[in-house]
Amino acid sequence: MIKQCDNVIVQSVSRFLTPFILLFALYVIAHGHYSPGGGFQGGCILGASFILSMIAYDIAEVKRRMTEKMNTVLTGVGVLIYAGIGFICLLLGANYLDYGVLAEILPVGTAKARALGTFGIEIGVGITVMAVMVSIFLNLASGGEHEEGSVE
Amino acid sequence: MEFVIGKYNYWFYIFLMMIGLYAMIAKKNLIKKLVGMNIFQTAIILFFVSMGSKKGATIPIIQAGQAVDAAHYMNPLPHVLMLTAIVVMVSTFGVALALAILIYKRFKTLEEDEMQ
Amino acid sequence: MIKNAPVLIIVVPLLASLINIILGLRWRALSFPLMLAALSVSAASSFIALNTVIDSGTIHYRLGGWAPPWGIEYVIDHLSGFVAVIVSFVSLVIAVYTRKSIEREFPGKTVYFHSIFLLLVTGLLGIVVTGDIFNIYVFLEITSLASYALVAIGPDKRAPLAAFNYVIMGTIGACFYLLGVGYLYIMTGTLNIADLSRLLPGLYHSPVIQVAFAFFMVGIALKIALFPLHRWLPDAYTLAPSAVSALVASTMTKVGAYLMIRIIFTVFQPFFSIEVLPVMNLVGWVAAAAVIFGSGYAIAQTELKRMLAYILIAEVGYIVLGVSFANRTGLTGSILHILNDSFMMACLFLAVGAIAYKTKNTNIASLSHIHKTMPITMAAFVVGGISVVGIPPTAGFFSKWYLVLGAIEAGKWVFAAVLLISSLMTAIVFFRIIERVYFTAADPGHGKSARAVMDEAPLGMLVPVLVMAVGVLILGLFSGRIITTVIQFAVPSVF
Repeated sequence: MIKQCDNVIVQSVSRFLTPFILLFALYVIAHGHYSPGGGFQGGCILGASFILSMIAYDIAEVKRRMTEKMNTVLTGVGVLIYAGIGFICLLLGANYLDYGVLAEILPVGTAKARALGTFGIEIGVGITVMAVMVSIFLNLASGGEHEEGSVE
Repeated sequence: MEFVIGKYNYWFYIFLMMIGLYAMIAKKNLIKKLVGMNIFQTAIILFFVSMGSKKGATIPIIQAGQAVDAAHYMNPLPHVLMLTAIVVMVSTFGVALALAILIYKRFKTLEEDEMQ
Repeated sequence: MIKNAPVLIIVVPLLASLINIILGLRWRALSFPLMLAALSVSAASSFIALNTVIDSGTIHYRLGGWAPPWGIEYVIDHLSGFVAVIVSFVSLVIAVYTRKSIEREFPGKTVYFHSIFLLLVTGLLGIVVTGDIFNIYVFLEITSLASYALVAIGPDKRAPLAAFNYVIMGTIGACFYLLGVGYLYIMTGTLNIADLSRLLPGLYHSPVIQVAFAFFMVGIALKIALFPLHRWLPDAYTLAPSAVSALVASTMTKVGAYLMIRIIFTVFQPFFSIEVLPVMNLVGWVAAAAVIFGSGYAIAQTELKRMLAYILIAEVGYIVLGVSFANRTGLTGSILHILNDSFMMACLFLAVGAIAYKTKNTNIASLSHIHKTMPITMAAFVVGGISVVGIPPTAGFFSKWYLVLGAIEAGKWVFAAVLLISSLMTAIVFFRIIERVYFTAADPGHGKSARAVMDEAPLGMLVPVLVMAVGVLILGLFSGRIITTVIQFAVPSVF
């Protein structure tokens, strides 16, 4: 359903902007606990960089860099990071998602362990949101055809 | 008068919500219904966010060495709740759009009248 | 691990759902055992939790170690433990059923089906276990989104349209619930259920709280398809795949009814809905209309699944009717009916699914040979049917008995009459099917009339149907024991 955009200006500008968008997205994820930002916002911007490339260039071109299989795996990996950190806290003896006990395996104090735990789950959320945004766009832009019989 | 002007954020959100609800129920095109759903959910997000705002407040982050006075900071909890609500809104919109594409492939139309 | 049982109930299906997506890309055969293992762990955790609650009282589990009201806590008391055990056990049984029926309907995509199935069960269990009203909204939306997806993949051409209508109505319901949460938050500043029930009584006269209650009621009524907001349910549950219909019919509406009981009796004290804003009468009339309307429309149907969907609307009406009596007997009947109705609806929908799997046709008119080719399935269907009518010793009789007693005790003779009339109407529905199946002579041009060979559904589908049917009988025989151990303490102590 989406045709490649043949406009030279759109292609060059998007090719130039994509690394900056990615960098800004990582910046937003990392600063979530201290300033406006966080996992979901950064993840959306990450996804937006992929979608920009897909609109400016051909979808198949971008799919060579981010395959559908990798996308599906990333959807799961992000939430597994989130739930996994919580599970590690469970196994170390405290309640679920109680990052304070992470101080036993990381060489930092309890308060810093809490901050690092939160940062870890933000990364997980960012990965999943990026994968889901790209996946939604792929499915809607190709009219539902890209999935049929491909991820088997 | 104070009732109308002083509480203008509530009037806005009610107005938007009613537009969204009307579009969801009365329009026959599926995409217009989805747009109405989006407006409806956005109105609720607006209500929550306006709940946490204060006049002359600053962002709720403590600078090192500063005294903490809770009255200066705006309430961060409604913003956090609305992050989750925005995620839900996007997911529901994605699912509904996928359903619309599936319906279009089967019925060749997106108007509800022509589908029976 | 026993200390962490409340959180394991939810986390294990969630993790399994995502591990399933990743592993399923490479080893597809692992997805079904993984799903069964996750649901078994969840069911075992909820049994352990309910046992702990019966022995030593309510469990409070703090997520992240933060004390409420700053943190989210999971609260399991008698009512939540009870509903959690029901939901996890019924989902486990239906999960065993899905193997055969899904393999035929979606040959390449069983991995994704199992993942979404696990997410649906995660959401349901999350609503039951949590003690924070915004967390309930999050899990409610997880459940709804998973069910929108599962309903849309039905075999009929109109399934996506039914799912689309379901999306629109379900979103309105969830957004009204969110508005109620917002109104409560703006007045009290807290989202914790125990904290709210402590802070709200001082604010009952304020119109914001009363409007919040109204929003809650309408939102939850949209989600559980209480008349007159039921329009999405018959289409969605008829056109969904049979395993999905069984799961959502037996669990989603019951969890929604549990949520309504929580809001009316725990967040807002019973005193609010009886005296400050006397809506219990109105709720009773609406539920009575649901009962009569559901049973009446069920008589007019010619297709089995649609008939069962209308019976489901009537069953939801029973539960809400019991809630509206606001006395101990009525609430006992309501909570017992949550248990009985889960099992009855699962048994009926699974039996109809087995019939659809074998004969591809669920019209009532074409059922005349089924008792020879599928005797066990039809026997299970008959057991489910007479439980819906309310004939002892099946489970349905006992919950209806308590509901009628509750109506008489509250002095509402009209509702007692409504309950009895609807029993008659459902009797018409089911006895007509029984007569069609067992007593109608075979058509003369049929050929093999006397020696029809038994061609039952595969064992993987037959065993869950039998488990549910036997469960209906056992629950009927043990209902006294269930009431004295669990339900008696689940009813708010005010009554």
